[in-house]
Amino acid sequence: MKKQRIALLGAAVATAVALAACGSNSGGASPSSSAAADANAVVQVGSLYEPQNLDNTAGGGQGITEAFNGNVYEGLFRLTDDGKVEPLLATANTVSADGLTYTFTLRDGVKFHSGKALTSADVKYSIEKVLAPDSKSARKSSFPEIKSIATPDPKTVTVTLATRSISFIYNLSYVWIVNDQAGNLSAKEDGTGPYTLDGWKRGSSLTLKKNPSYWGTAATNGGVVFHYFTDGSALDNALLTNAVDVVTSEQNPDALAQFTDNPAYKVNDGHSTTKLLLAFNDRVAPFNDVKVRKAVSSAIDDKKLLQSIWGDHGELIGSMVPPTDPWHTDLTGVNAYDVAGAKALLAEAGHPNGFTFTLDTPNYDPHPTVAAFVKSELAKVGITVNINVITPDQWYTKVYQNKDFTATLQEHVNDRDVVWYGDPNFYWGYDNPQVTAWIKQAEQAGSEAEQTELLKKADQQIAADAASDWLYLYPQIVVASTKLSGYPVNGLNSQFYAYGIHKG
Amino acid sequence: MTRYLVRRAALLVGTLLLASVVLFLILRLLPGDPANALLSVGATPDQVAAARHQIGTDRPLPAQFGHWLSQLATLHFGDSFVSSLPVGPEIVSRLSVTVPLTLSAFVLAVVVAVPVGFLAAHRAHTWYGALAGLVSQLGIAVPAFWLGLLLVWVFALNLRVLPAGGFPPDGWSSFPDAFRALVLPVVTVALVMAASLIRYVRSATLDVLGSDHLRTARALGSSFAGAMWRHGVRNAAVPVVSVLGIELATTFLGAVVIESVFALPGLGSMLVRGIAQHDYPVIQGVLFVSTFAVLVVGFLADVAQRFIDPRLRGGLVR
Repeated sequence: MKKQRIALLGAAVATAVALAACGSNSGGASPSSSAAADANAVVQVGSLYEPQNLDNTAGGGQGITEAFNGNVYEGLFRLTDDGKVEPLLATANTVSADGLTYTFTLRDGVKFHSGKALTSADVKYSIEKVLAPDSKSARKSSFPEIKSIATPDPKTVTVTLATRSISFIYNLSYVWIVNDQAGNLSAKEDGTGPYTLDGWKRGSSLTLKKNPSYWGTAATNGGVVFHYFTDGSALDNALLTNAVDVVTSEQNPDALAQFTDNPAYKVNDGHSTTKLLLAFNDRVAPFNDVKVRKAVSSAIDDKKLLQSIWGDHGELIGSMVPPTDPWHTDLTGVNAYDVAGAKALLAEAGHPNGFTFTLDTPNYDPHPTVAAFVKSELAKVGITVNINVITPDQWYTKVYQNKDFTATLQEHVNDRDVVWYGDPNFYWGYDNPQVTAWIKQAEQAGSEAEQTELLKKADQQIAADAASDWLYLYPQIVVASTKLSGYPVNGLNSQFYAYGIHKG
Repeated sequence: MTRYLVRRAALLVGTLLLASVVLFLILRLLPGDPANALLSVGATPDQVAAARHQIGTDRPLPAQFGHWLSQLATLHFGDSFVSSLPVGPEIVSRLSVTVPLTLSAFVLAVVVAVPVGFLAAHRAHTWYGALAGLVSQLGIAVPAFWLGLLLVWVFALNLRVLPAGGFPPDGWSSFPDAFRALVLPVVTVALVMAASLIRYVRSATLDVLGSDHLRTARALGSSFAGAMWRHGVRNAAVPVVSVLGIELATTFLGAVVIESVFALPGLGSMLVRGIAQHDYPVIQGVLFVSTFAVLVVGFLADVAQRFIDPRLRGGLVR
């Protein structure tokens, strides 16, 4: 029932929890000898994430990020595989001494697919599109307040912020630069990327073809067809019968064996940013008591859980920060598995005989399995768990909006999302003024080193406070035919840069 | 017959109107806010309000209903809440998969079920008659998706003669590919449909075989085939046709499981997606079209029955 998860994910909540994740453009396998590769070959990509529409500011979801980011649309900046930001449509930028005014110089010779040349007006329009009142961009809330955007000449854009924001450039890498004359982009595109849209058959496939007048290095293949599946086994079968060449994100642990043992395929373990959380409602008893949260965290054997679901794939994490974020520290030792310690903490907290709580469990995999595991683990320290299965939509309303829950399971897809612990109004209600201050200061930091230092402190504090129980980091698995090389392996769940793929 | 057809057509339109009201109201009674499906974690109340306004769910119900009816009158189904793309063209595109799938499976099922069902009744005491009955029972017990997976395993993964799933991006323009893509799904649906049809054909045939009038016809000197053709088939066909109508209607949307197994962009999966996302225009559009299709099929089954059995013609006309 892995497929169920995907369908529902795409549908409601997680499209969203999955704000466009950080991407990578480094090939999984190094490009094979280009002599063997056919520059006109069409790469067939299999995916479980069909876009809702073609506009990432109109609720297109993670599917459109996968298909279009870097392929059809480009930003002023691009995120590299190791999470670094590099210039793309901007060639240079300067920041004023107060850190509030950014000046960007645009690349020469860039044209939209419609033929229009890129100007500063397009950039202004594109940023405003993300911030507009009706924008459904998942990144909208990450942006600081923008005072003004000026376009002194066609090649220069000046953005003035109301407050300092160290992540501004990073966040700009999620802003597609679109033609300001293009109008509604729900069903068409006008970007600057190495591919143009050839067709979209809803419920089935999306076809990109090579852009013959691309400003940069042309794609190493003739085009890409994204084939969309709702059933993970159907997707695996398509790969086994060569109907697709690569699966962007394998979600079916049981299916891996048939590819691992087959010389015609390569299974790539990339870095993921998707964390599975047992999120407590830190506002209400018993989880308003840090000792209870620590006890529960220590009572669950995360390693055994991960092993039982994903075998040798995936990683353990000790906090919200995945290893690819710059401020990662290994905190797996904090509140590590220790049943005796958990019992002692419970006694100290006044629950020597345990207690009973309700765990709101989304109805798609792996949550029901995880809930059953948590229930059996906590039974060993005297805690009774009532599993309440809910739909993604109910989760959004009950847990996320109304905060009417005691504990819940949820996956958080984003990179750099430890900052939510600085928002006391977030659904889990973690409220530590010191952490809130650190996270706020980090955003206004003068340097990345300072930002990193502050976020590390915040991260260590939330781990010590067991703000949530971070169960494990999902694996990010790309399975591909060995005929393919140069594909992204990290993809960090959303982006799939296709222009470097060799097929031959 | 003409009067009957007119009355039946008027009934069809009336039912359709009633169905549209019921559809609209039931959808609005469902818990959950469609605006949520559009937004992400971290959405501000302003964003939620803007989303509600954009899709029109902040307007009073009668206004929403009036809007929908006026769209329907011009054969528009509105724009999807989620994608803001028009629903009509997507329904048409998906019908180009669902209609051929359903109709071919239906024809194939009938072609298989009628002779096999007849044989199972007429030769009930031979080994192959018993086998036919047994196989059909087995067929009813086997879930369609399992049969689909089995066929994929044999014909796509091992023999490699047919695709495991998917539908060509340009649809029926690449006819050979589209045709090949539908072979396994059609066979799967047809076999499952045939299994239950065999049961009905078999029992209808058994009824006829044991009937007095057939025995009398034989006594009067008709050959078995002659008696069967003149007196048997017509009587046996009446209940079978009504079951056929129901089967056809069920498959129209019920093929969703098969669509998922074979990654086909059919109407059923569009409905499932619409429901998951609270995308009212999509749900309304699909259900309206399928209600229409079901009513038409029911209408045709009725007409067919009256054509087959003259006795039915008398009663309802008056």
